[in-house]
Amino acid sequence: MPAYAHEPPPFFRRGPSPLARFAFFGLLSLALLVTDSRFAYLEAMRQAVAAVLQPLQSVATWPGLAAERFGGYFSSQRDLQEQNQALQNQLLAQAKAVQGHEDLVRENARLRAVLQVRERYGGGSVAAEALFGGRDPFRQKLVIGYAGEAEVKPGQAVIDETGVVGQVTRSFSGMAEVTLLTDKDHAVPVRVRRSGLRSVLYGAGAGRLPELRFMAANADIQPGDVLVTSGIDGVYPPDLAVATVASVERETGLMFARIVCQPAAGVDRSRHLLVLAPVAALPERPEAETDPESRRKNPRHRRR
Amino acid sequence: MAALPRLSPARPEEILLPVRIWFVLSTLVASLMLNLLPAGGVWLAIRPDFLALTLLYWCIQQPRMLGVGVAWLFGLVMDVGDGTLFGQHALAYSALAYAAEFFHRRVLRFPLWHQAAHVAALLFLCGALVLIVRLMGGAAGVSWTYFLPAASGALLWPLISVFYQLPQRPARSPGER
Repeated sequence: MPAYAHEPPPFFRRGPSPLARFAFFGLLSLALLVTDSRFAYLEAMRQAVAAVLQPLQSVATWPGLAAERFGGYFSSQRDLQEQNQALQNQLLAQAKAVQGHEDLVRENARLRAVLQVRERYGGGSVAAEALFGGRDPFRQKLVIGYAGEAEVKPGQAVIDETGVVGQVTRSFSGMAEVTLLTDKDHAVPVRVRRSGLRSVLYGAGAGRLPELRFMAANADIQPGDVLVTSGIDGVYPPDLAVATVASVERETGLMFARIVCQPAAGVDRSRHLLVLAPVAALPERPEAETDPESRRKNPRHRRR
Repeated sequence: MAALPRLSPARPEEILLPVRIWFVLSTLVASLMLNLLPAGGVWLAIRPDFLALTLLYWCIQQPRMLGVGVAWLFGLVMDVGDGTLFGQHALAYSALAYAAEFFHRRVLRFPLWHQAAHVAALLFLCGALVLIVRLMGGAAGVSWTYFLPAASGALLWPLISVFYQLPQRPARSPGER
Protein backbone atom coordinates (compact mmCIF):
# COMPACT_ATOMS: atom_id res chain seq x y z
CA MET A 1 0.00 0.00 0.00
CA PRO A 2 1.52 3.31 -1.03
CA ALA A 3 2.34 5.75 1.71
CA TYR A 4 -0.02 8.46 0.47
CA ALA A 5 -3.03 6.23 1.13
CA HIS A 6 -2.76 6.93 4.84
CA GLU A 7 -0.71 10.04 5.28
CA PRO A 8 -2.39 13.37 4.85
CA PRO A 9 -0.38 15.86 2.80
CA PRO A 10 2.05 17.86 4.93
CA PHE A 11 -0.08 21.03 4.86
CA PHE A 12 -2.85 19.17 6.72
CA ARG A 13 -0.69 18.06 9.63
CA ARG A 14 -2.59 16.60 12.53
CA GLY A 15 0.11 15.92 15.07
CA PRO A 16 1.66 12.50 15.54
CA SER A 17 0.42 9.68 13.32
CA PRO A 18 -2.24 7.31 14.67
CA LEU A 19 0.29 4.53 14.89
CA ALA A 20 2.59 6.66 17.04
CA ARG A 21 -0.34 7.63 19.26
CA PHE A 22 -1.44 4.04 19.57
CA ALA A 23 2.09 2.95 20.44
CA PHE A 24 2.29 5.69 23.08
CA PHE A 25 -1.07 4.96 24.72
CA GLY A 26 -0.65 1.21 24.39
CA LEU A 27 2.67 1.34 26.21
CA LEU A 28 1.15 3.66 28.79
CA SER A 29 -1.64 1.14 29.40
CA LEU A 30 0.85 -1.68 29.74
CA ALA A 31 2.88 0.37 32.20
CA LEU A 32 -0.29 1.07 34.19
CA LEU A 33 -1.21 -2.61 34.14
CA VAL A 34 2.15 -3.67 35.45
CA THR A 35 2.27 -0.90 38.05
CA ASP A 36 -1.22 -1.64 39.25
CA SER A 37 -0.73 -5.38 39.52
CA ARG A 38 2.64 -5.17 41.28
CA PHE A 39 2.44 -2.09 43.47
CA ALA A 40 -0.32 -0.06 45.06
CA TYR A 41 0.78 3.38 43.86
CA LEU A 42 -2.33 4.10 41.83
CA GLU A 43 -4.87 4.03 44.63
CA ALA A 44 -5.09 7.83 44.81
CA MET A 45 -5.76 8.05 41.08
CA ARG A 46 -8.39 5.34 41.29
CA GLN A 47 -10.07 7.13 44.19
CA ALA A 48 -10.17 10.38 42.24
CA VAL A 49 -11.77 8.82 39.17
CA ALA A 50 -14.16 6.82 41.33
CA ALA A 51 -15.33 10.00 43.05
CA VAL A 52 -16.34 11.41 39.67
CA LEU A 53 -17.85 8.14 38.58
CA GLN A 54 -19.97 7.34 41.60
CA PRO A 55 -22.80 9.83 40.92
CA LEU A 56 -22.98 8.53 37.34
CA GLN A 57 -23.11 5.02 38.61
CA SER A 58 -25.91 5.71 41.05
CA VAL A 59 -27.88 7.53 38.36
CA ALA A 60 -27.40 4.52 36.10
CA THR A 61 -29.01 2.23 38.66
CA TRP A 62 -32.14 4.33 39.18
CA PRO A 63 -34.24 2.83 36.38
CA GLY A 64 -33.41 -0.70 37.54
CA LEU A 65 -34.26 0.07 41.14
CA ALA A 66 -37.50 1.75 40.14
CA ALA A 67 -38.51 -1.26 38.03
CA GLU A 68 -37.63 -3.54 40.92
CA ARG A 69 -39.82 -1.61 43.37
CA PHE A 70 -42.62 -1.35 40.83
CA GLY A 71 -42.52 -5.10 40.15
CA GLY A 72 -42.43 -5.95 43.85
CA TYR A 73 -45.51 -3.82 44.42
CA PHE A 74 -47.56 -6.05 42.19
CA SER A 75 -46.47 -9.43 43.51
CA SER A 76 -49.65 -11.44 43.71
CA GLN A 77 -51.63 -11.93 46.88
CA ARG A 78 -51.38 -15.69 46.62
CA ASP A 79 -47.62 -15.57 46.63
CA LEU A 80 -47.73 -13.45 49.73
CA GLN A 81 -50.17 -15.78 51.47
CA GLU A 82 -48.09 -18.82 50.67
CA GLN A 83 -44.99 -17.10 51.87
CA ASN A 84 -46.76 -16.00 55.03
CA GLN A 85 -47.90 -19.54 55.77
CA ALA A 86 -44.43 -20.94 55.22
CA LEU A 87 -42.89 -18.31 57.43
CA GLN A 88 -45.37 -18.99 60.23
CA ASN A 89 -44.60 -22.68 60.10
CA GLN A 90 -40.92 -21.91 60.21
CA LEU A 91 -41.45 -19.55 63.14
CA LEU A 92 -43.24 -22.26 65.12
CA ALA A 93 -40.53 -24.75 64.37
CA GLN A 94 -37.89 -22.33 65.55
CA ALA A 95 -39.70 -20.91 68.56
CA LYS A 96 -38.19 -23.35 70.97
CA ALA A 97 -34.69 -22.78 69.71
CA VAL A 98 -35.17 -19.02 69.87
CA GLN A 99 -36.30 -19.07 73.46
CA GLY A 100 -33.40 -21.24 74.40
CA HIS A 101 -31.13 -18.90 72.49
CA GLU A 102 -32.25 -15.86 74.46
CA ASP A 103 -31.27 -17.54 77.69
CA LEU A 104 -27.96 -18.51 76.21
CA VAL A 105 -27.30 -14.98 75.00
CA ARG A 106 -27.99 -13.56 78.44
CA GLU A 107 -25.83 -16.14 80.11
CA ASN A 108 -23.09 -15.55 77.58
CA ALA A 109 -23.21 -11.78 78.13
CA ARG A 110 -22.88 -12.30 81.86
CA LEU A 111 -19.96 -14.66 81.42
CA ARG A 112 -18.25 -12.28 79.05
CA ALA A 113 -18.69 -9.39 81.43
CA VAL A 114 -17.21 -11.52 84.15
CA LEU A 115 -14.28 -12.48 82.01
CA GLN A 116 -13.94 -8.93 80.67
CA VAL A 117 -13.80 -10.14 77.14
CA ARG A 118 -13.96 -7.42 74.56
CA GLU A 119 -17.28 -7.05 72.79
CA ARG A 120 -16.82 -8.63 69.43
CA TYR A 121 -19.57 -6.92 67.55
CA GLY A 122 -19.82 -3.14 67.46
CA GLY A 123 -23.15 -1.55 66.56
CA GLY A 124 -25.98 -3.31 64.77
CA SER A 125 -26.09 -5.34 61.63
CA VAL A 126 -27.94 -4.26 58.50
CA ALA A 127 -30.58 -6.23 56.64
CA ALA A 128 -30.08 -6.14 52.89
CA GLU A 129 -31.54 -7.51 49.72
CA ALA A 130 -29.73 -8.85 46.67
CA LEU A 131 -30.42 -6.51 43.75
CA PHE A 132 -28.25 -7.46 40.79
CA GLY A 133 -25.51 -9.83 39.84
CA GLY A 134 -22.11 -8.34 39.07
CA ARG A 135 -21.33 -6.81 35.67
CA ASP A 136 -18.04 -8.55 35.26
CA PRO A 137 -18.10 -12.08 33.85
CA PHE A 138 -14.72 -12.75 35.49
CA ARG A 139 -15.78 -12.00 39.03
CA GLN A 140 -18.34 -13.41 41.40
CA LYS A 141 -20.00 -10.31 42.75
CA LEU A 142 -23.39 -9.19 43.87
CA VAL A 143 -24.92 -5.78 44.40
CA ILE A 144 -27.09 -5.50 47.48
CA GLY A 145 -29.41 -2.73 48.58
CA TYR A 146 -30.29 -1.68 52.10
CA ALA A 147 -32.28 1.04 53.85
CA GLY A 148 -30.67 4.38 53.10
CA GLU A 149 -29.96 5.52 56.62
CA ALA A 150 -27.87 2.48 57.50
CA GLU A 151 -24.14 2.55 56.89
CA VAL A 152 -22.16 -0.23 55.28
CA LYS A 153 -18.42 -0.10 54.87
CA PRO A 154 -16.06 -2.23 52.79
CA GLY A 155 -14.81 -5.18 54.79
CA GLN A 156 -18.03 -6.12 56.52
CA ALA A 157 -19.12 -9.74 56.32
CA VAL A 158 -22.37 -10.68 54.60
CA ILE A 159 -24.39 -13.76 55.60
CA ASP A 160 -27.72 -15.31 54.80
CA GLU A 161 -29.77 -17.52 57.11
CA THR A 162 -27.53 -20.53 56.59
CA GLY A 163 -24.01 -19.16 56.40
CA VAL A 164 -21.42 -16.78 55.05
CA VAL A 165 -22.09 -15.32 51.58
CA GLY A 166 -19.14 -12.97 51.17
CA GLN A 167 -17.65 -9.66 52.05
CA VAL A 168 -18.55 -6.07 51.17
CA THR A 169 -15.90 -4.68 48.84
CA ARG A 170 -17.37 -1.36 47.74
CA SER A 171 -20.16 0.71 49.14
CA PHE A 172 -22.36 3.37 47.63
CA SER A 173 -25.25 5.11 49.31
CA GLY A 174 -28.00 2.54 49.80
CA MET A 175 -26.08 -0.07 47.85
CA ALA A 176 -22.97 -2.13 48.28
CA GLU A 177 -20.98 -4.54 46.18
CA VAL A 178 -20.34 -7.92 47.76
CA THR A 179 -17.53 -10.19 46.65
CA LEU A 180 -18.87 -13.69 46.98
CA LEU A 181 -17.25 -16.63 48.66
CA THR A 182 -16.90 -18.30 45.27
CA ASP A 183 -14.94 -15.45 43.66
CA LYS A 184 -11.57 -16.67 42.44
CA ASP A 185 -8.97 -16.46 45.21
CA HIS A 186 -11.37 -14.88 47.69
CA ALA A 187 -10.08 -16.21 51.00
CA VAL A 188 -12.02 -16.97 54.17
CA PRO A 189 -10.17 -18.16 57.28
CA VAL A 190 -12.01 -21.22 58.54
CA ARG A 191 -11.89 -23.88 61.21
CA VAL A 192 -13.08 -27.46 60.98
CA ARG A 193 -15.78 -27.67 63.62
CA ARG A 194 -15.13 -31.31 64.43
CA SER A 195 -11.37 -31.23 64.87
CA GLY A 196 -10.63 -27.54 65.37
CA LEU A 197 -8.16 -27.64 62.48
CA ARG A 198 -7.56 -24.16 61.00
CA SER A 199 -7.26 -23.42 57.31
CA VAL A 200 -8.23 -20.95 54.61
CA LEU A 201 -11.04 -21.52 52.13
CA TYR A 202 -10.28 -20.19 48.62
CA GLY A 203 -12.91 -19.46 46.02
CA ALA A 204 -12.29 -21.02 42.61
CA GLY A 205 -14.27 -18.79 40.25
CA ALA A 206 -17.61 -19.09 38.50
CA GLY A 207 -19.18 -22.52 38.38
CA ARG A 208 -16.56 -24.18 40.57
CA LEU A 209 -16.67 -25.05 44.23
CA PRO A 210 -14.25 -23.43 46.69
CA GLU A 211 -11.30 -25.42 47.98
CA LEU A 212 -9.11 -25.73 51.02
CA ARG A 213 -5.56 -25.40 49.76
CA PHE A 214 -2.24 -26.37 51.26
CA MET A 215 -3.67 -28.93 53.64
CA ALA A 216 -1.27 -31.79 54.26
CA ALA A 217 -2.31 -35.08 52.68
CA ASN A 218 -2.73 -36.61 56.13
CA ALA A 219 -4.73 -33.72 57.60
CA ASP A 220 -7.60 -34.74 59.83
CA ILE A 221 -10.46 -33.84 57.55
CA GLN A 222 -13.19 -35.91 55.92
CA PRO A 223 -16.20 -35.40 53.68
CA GLY A 224 -19.12 -34.02 55.65
CA ASP A 225 -16.98 -31.93 57.99
CA VAL A 226 -18.48 -28.53 58.67
CA LEU A 227 -16.25 -25.48 58.23
CA VAL A 228 -16.94 -22.38 60.33
CA THR A 229 -15.15 -19.03 60.33
CA SER A 230 -12.23 -18.98 62.71
CA GLY A 231 -12.40 -15.24 63.37
CA ILE A 232 -8.65 -15.03 63.08
CA ASP A 233 -8.40 -12.28 60.47
CA GLY A 234 -10.81 -9.91 62.19
CA VAL A 235 -13.02 -9.71 59.10
CA TYR A 236 -15.47 -12.50 59.75
CA PRO A 237 -16.80 -12.96 63.27
CA PRO A 238 -16.01 -16.45 64.58
CA ASP A 239 -18.29 -19.48 64.31
CA LEU A 240 -20.36 -18.60 61.25
CA ALA A 241 -21.06 -21.60 59.06
CA VAL A 242 -19.11 -21.36 55.80
CA ALA A 243 -19.11 -24.66 53.96
CA THR A 244 -19.27 -28.42 54.15
CA VAL A 245 -16.45 -30.57 52.88
CA ALA A 246 -17.75 -32.30 49.74
CA SER A 247 -14.79 -34.44 48.77
CA VAL A 248 -11.25 -35.13 49.88
CA GLU A 249 -8.75 -36.58 47.43
CA ARG A 250 -5.44 -37.74 48.85
CA GLU A 251 -3.06 -38.69 46.11
CA THR A 252 0.15 -40.30 47.17
CA GLY A 253 2.19 -38.35 44.65
CA LEU A 254 1.06 -34.95 45.92
CA MET A 255 2.05 -33.13 49.05
CA PHE A 256 -1.36 -31.59 49.61
CA ALA A 257 -4.84 -33.05 49.66
CA ARG A 258 -7.41 -31.70 47.23
CA ILE A 259 -10.37 -30.67 49.35
CA VAL A 260 -13.48 -29.37 47.64
CA CYS A 261 -16.19 -27.73 49.70
CA GLN A 262 -19.85 -26.91 49.21
CA PRO A 263 -20.77 -23.45 50.55
CA ALA A 264 -23.34 -23.56 53.33
CA ALA A 265 -25.14 -20.41 52.24
CA GLY A 266 -27.08 -20.06 49.02
CA VAL A 267 -24.24 -17.94 47.68
CA ASP A 268 -25.84 -17.30 44.31
CA ARG A 269 -29.46 -17.86 45.31
CA SER A 270 -30.18 -16.08 48.58
CA ARG A 271 -32.15 -12.90 48.23
CA HIS A 272 -32.33 -11.72 51.82
CA LEU A 273 -28.98 -11.08 53.40
CA LEU A 274 -27.55 -9.64 56.57
CA VAL A 275 -24.53 -7.37 56.62
CA LEU A 276 -22.82 -7.96 59.95
CA ALA A 277 -21.53 -5.08 62.01
CA PRO A 278 -17.78 -4.57 61.65
CA VAL A 279 -15.76 -6.72 63.98
CA ALA A 280 -14.15 -4.66 66.74
CA ALA A 281 -10.57 -3.93 65.73
CA LEU A 282 -8.08 -6.55 66.79
CA PRO A 283 -4.93 -5.38 68.53
CA GLU A 284 -2.12 -4.36 66.14
CA ARG A 285 -0.36 -7.27 64.55
CA PRO A 286 3.18 -7.48 65.86
CA GLU A 287 5.70 -6.40 63.20
CA ALA A 288 7.20 -9.36 61.43
CA GLU A 289 10.95 -9.26 60.99
CA THR A 290 10.99 -9.58 57.22
CA ASP A 291 7.95 -7.72 56.03
CA PRO A 292 8.60 -6.47 52.47
CA GLU A 293 8.36 -9.93 50.91
CA SER A 294 4.91 -10.65 52.21
CA ARG A 295 3.72 -7.15 51.38
CA ARG A 296 4.64 -7.46 47.77
CA LYS A 297 3.34 -10.94 47.26
CA ASN A 298 -0.27 -10.23 46.53
CA PRO A 299 -1.15 -6.59 46.19
CA ARG A 300 -4.52 -7.33 44.62
CA HIS A 301 -5.83 -8.80 47.82
CA ARG A 302 -4.88 -5.91 49.98
CA ARG A 303 -7.08 -3.63 47.99
CA ARG A 304 -10.29 -5.39 48.83
CA MET B 1 -44.17 12.86 5.32
CA ALA B 2 -41.22 15.16 5.74
CA ALA B 3 -41.21 14.71 9.54
CA LEU B 4 -40.56 10.99 9.34
CA PRO B 5 -36.95 10.26 10.26
CA ARG B 6 -35.03 8.60 7.49
CA LEU B 7 -34.20 5.05 8.47
CA SER B 8 -30.90 4.75 6.74
CA PRO B 9 -27.64 6.57 7.29
CA ALA B 10 -26.57 9.33 4.94
CA ARG B 11 -24.88 8.30 1.72
CA PRO B 12 -21.22 9.34 1.59
CA GLU B 13 -21.96 12.06 -0.95
CA GLU B 14 -24.71 13.62 1.17
CA ILE B 15 -23.76 16.88 2.86
CA LEU B 16 -24.17 16.85 6.62
CA LEU B 17 -24.13 19.55 9.27
CA PRO B 18 -20.99 19.68 11.39
CA VAL B 19 -21.02 17.44 14.46
CA ARG B 20 -21.49 19.28 17.71
CA ILE B 21 -18.94 18.34 20.30
CA TRP B 22 -21.46 18.28 23.13
CA PHE B 23 -23.48 15.70 21.22
CA VAL B 24 -20.45 13.43 20.86
CA LEU B 25 -19.63 13.88 24.54
CA SER B 26 -23.14 13.21 25.72
CA THR B 27 -23.43 10.03 23.66
CA LEU B 28 -20.13 8.88 25.15
CA VAL B 29 -21.25 9.63 28.71
CA ALA B 30 -24.64 8.02 28.12
CA SER B 31 -23.05 4.83 26.82
CA LEU B 32 -20.64 4.84 29.76
CA MET B 33 -23.68 4.93 32.03
CA LEU B 34 -25.30 2.09 30.11
CA ASN B 35 -22.11 0.13 30.68
CA LEU B 36 -22.19 0.87 34.39
CA LEU B 37 -25.74 -0.41 34.62
CA PRO B 38 -25.88 -3.50 36.79
CA ALA B 39 -26.83 -6.62 34.90
CA GLY B 40 -27.70 -10.21 35.55
CA GLY B 41 -28.80 -13.40 33.86
CA VAL B 42 -29.16 -13.43 30.09
CA TRP B 43 -28.68 -9.69 29.81
CA LEU B 44 -25.27 -10.04 31.43
CA ALA B 45 -24.27 -12.62 28.85
CA ILE B 46 -25.37 -10.72 25.75
CA ARG B 47 -24.97 -7.13 26.87
CA PRO B 48 -22.93 -5.25 24.28
CA ASP B 49 -20.15 -2.91 25.31
CA PHE B 50 -21.97 0.35 24.51
CA LEU B 51 -18.96 2.51 25.22
CA ALA B 52 -16.75 0.57 22.81
CA LEU B 53 -19.45 0.79 20.17
CA THR B 54 -19.91 4.55 20.57
CA LEU B 55 -16.17 5.19 20.59
CA LEU B 56 -15.82 3.09 17.47
CA TYR B 57 -18.60 5.00 15.74
CA TRP B 58 -17.16 8.42 16.47
CA CYS B 59 -13.60 7.32 15.69
CA ILE B 60 -14.78 6.14 12.29
CA GLN B 61 -17.00 9.15 11.61
CA GLN B 62 -14.89 11.92 13.13
CA PRO B 63 -11.28 10.75 13.20
CA ARG B 64 -10.09 14.33 13.53
CA MET B 65 -12.20 15.04 16.59
CA LEU B 66 -11.34 12.07 18.71
CA GLY B 67 -9.00 9.16 18.43
CA VAL B 68 -6.69 6.98 20.42
CA GLY B 69 -6.22 9.46 23.28
CA VAL B 70 -9.90 9.99 24.07
CA ALA B 71 -10.56 6.26 23.79
CA TRP B 72 -7.72 5.60 26.21
CA LEU B 73 -9.16 8.09 28.70
CA PHE B 74 -12.63 6.52 28.59
CA GLY B 75 -10.98 3.11 28.96
CA LEU B 76 -9.40 4.27 32.21
CA VAL B 77 -12.76 5.46 33.49
CA MET B 78 -14.26 2.08 32.58
CA ASP B 79 -11.45 0.33 34.46
CA VAL B 80 -12.29 2.27 37.58
CA GLY B 81 -16.00 1.64 37.13
CA ASP B 82 -15.40 -2.09 36.85
CA GLY B 83 -12.93 -2.11 39.72
CA THR B 84 -10.46 -4.00 37.56
CA LEU B 85 -6.76 -3.59 36.92
CA PHE B 86 -5.88 -0.16 35.60
CA GLY B 87 -5.20 -0.12 31.90
CA GLN B 88 -6.94 -3.15 30.47
CA HIS B 89 -9.94 -1.35 29.00
CA ALA B 90 -7.66 1.58 28.22
CA LEU B 91 -5.47 -0.74 26.17
CA ALA B 92 -8.43 -2.40 24.46
CA TYR B 93 -10.17 0.86 23.61
CA SER B 94 -7.06 2.54 22.27
CA ALA B 95 -6.47 -0.50 20.05
CA LEU B 96 -10.08 -0.17 18.92
CA ALA B 97 -9.59 3.52 18.14
CA TYR B 98 -6.44 2.78 16.19
CA ALA B 99 -8.19 0.08 14.17
CA ALA B 100 -11.03 2.52 13.49
CA GLU B 101 -8.53 5.09 12.26
CA PHE B 102 -7.12 2.44 9.98
CA PHE B 103 -10.52 1.47 8.57
CA HIS B 104 -12.48 4.68 8.56
CA ARG B 105 -11.96 5.57 4.91
CA ARG B 106 -13.43 2.42 3.53
CA VAL B 107 -15.88 1.14 6.13
CA LEU B 108 -18.42 3.88 5.50
CA ARG B 109 -18.60 2.99 1.81
CA PHE B 110 -19.94 -0.47 2.59
CA PRO B 111 -23.60 -1.28 3.09
CA LEU B 112 -24.61 -1.32 6.74
CA TRP B 113 -24.42 -5.07 7.19
CA HIS B 114 -20.90 -5.23 5.83
CA GLN B 115 -20.00 -2.46 8.23
CA ALA B 116 -21.54 -4.49 11.05
CA ALA B 117 -19.32 -7.43 10.14
CA HIS B 118 -16.26 -5.20 10.41
CA VAL B 119 -17.53 -3.91 13.73
CA ALA B 120 -18.03 -7.45 15.02
CA ALA B 121 -14.41 -8.25 14.19
CA LEU B 122 -13.15 -5.10 15.92
CA LEU B 123 -15.26 -5.68 19.05
CA PHE B 124 -14.06 -9.27 19.11
CA LEU B 125 -10.48 -8.02 19.04
CA CYS B 126 -11.28 -5.59 21.85
CA GLY B 127 -12.79 -8.37 23.97
CA ALA B 128 -9.87 -10.67 23.22
CA LEU B 129 -7.40 -8.03 24.42
CA VAL B 130 -9.24 -7.67 27.73
CA LEU B 131 -9.39 -11.45 28.02
CA ILE B 132 -5.66 -11.82 27.46
CA VAL B 133 -4.89 -9.22 30.11
CA ARG B 134 -7.29 -10.86 32.55
CA LEU B 135 -5.88 -14.33 31.97
CA MET B 136 -2.35 -13.03 32.48
CA GLY B 137 -3.59 -11.44 35.68
CA GLY B 138 -4.69 -14.86 36.89
CA ALA B 139 -8.42 -14.74 36.20
CA ALA B 140 -10.34 -17.96 35.82
CA GLY B 141 -11.14 -18.89 32.23
CA VAL B 142 -14.43 -17.86 30.64
CA SER B 143 -16.84 -19.74 28.43
CA TRP B 144 -17.54 -18.96 24.77
CA THR B 145 -20.42 -16.71 25.84
CA TYR B 146 -17.78 -14.13 26.68
CA PHE B 147 -17.69 -13.19 23.00
CA LEU B 148 -21.46 -12.87 22.56
CA PRO B 149 -21.34 -9.10 23.33
CA ALA B 150 -19.20 -8.57 20.22
CA ALA B 151 -21.99 -10.06 18.10
CA SER B 152 -24.76 -8.16 19.86
CA GLY B 153 -22.76 -4.95 19.53
CA ALA B 154 -22.45 -5.51 15.79
CA LEU B 155 -26.21 -6.05 15.58
CA LEU B 156 -26.68 -2.65 17.20
CA TRP B 157 -24.37 -0.96 14.70
CA PRO B 158 -27.02 -0.13 12.04
CA LEU B 159 -29.25 1.34 14.72
CA ILE B 160 -26.46 3.45 16.14
CA SER B 161 -25.29 4.69 12.78
CA VAL B 162 -28.77 6.01 12.01
CA PHE B 163 -29.42 7.39 15.47
CA TYR B 164 -26.10 9.19 15.97
CA GLN B 165 -26.42 10.80 12.59
CA LEU B 166 -29.87 12.31 13.06
CA PRO B 167 -28.72 15.66 14.52
CA GLN B 168 -26.28 16.17 11.64
CA ARG B 169 -28.81 15.73 8.84
CA PRO B 170 -30.28 18.93 7.54
CA ALA B 171 -34.04 19.23 7.44
CA ARG B 172 -35.27 18.14 4.05
CA SER B 173 -36.04 21.07 1.85
CA PRO B 174 -39.56 21.18 0.42
CA GLY B 175 -38.35 20.82 -3.13
CA GLU B 176 -36.54 17.58 -2.38
CA ARG B 177 -38.35 14.31 -2.83
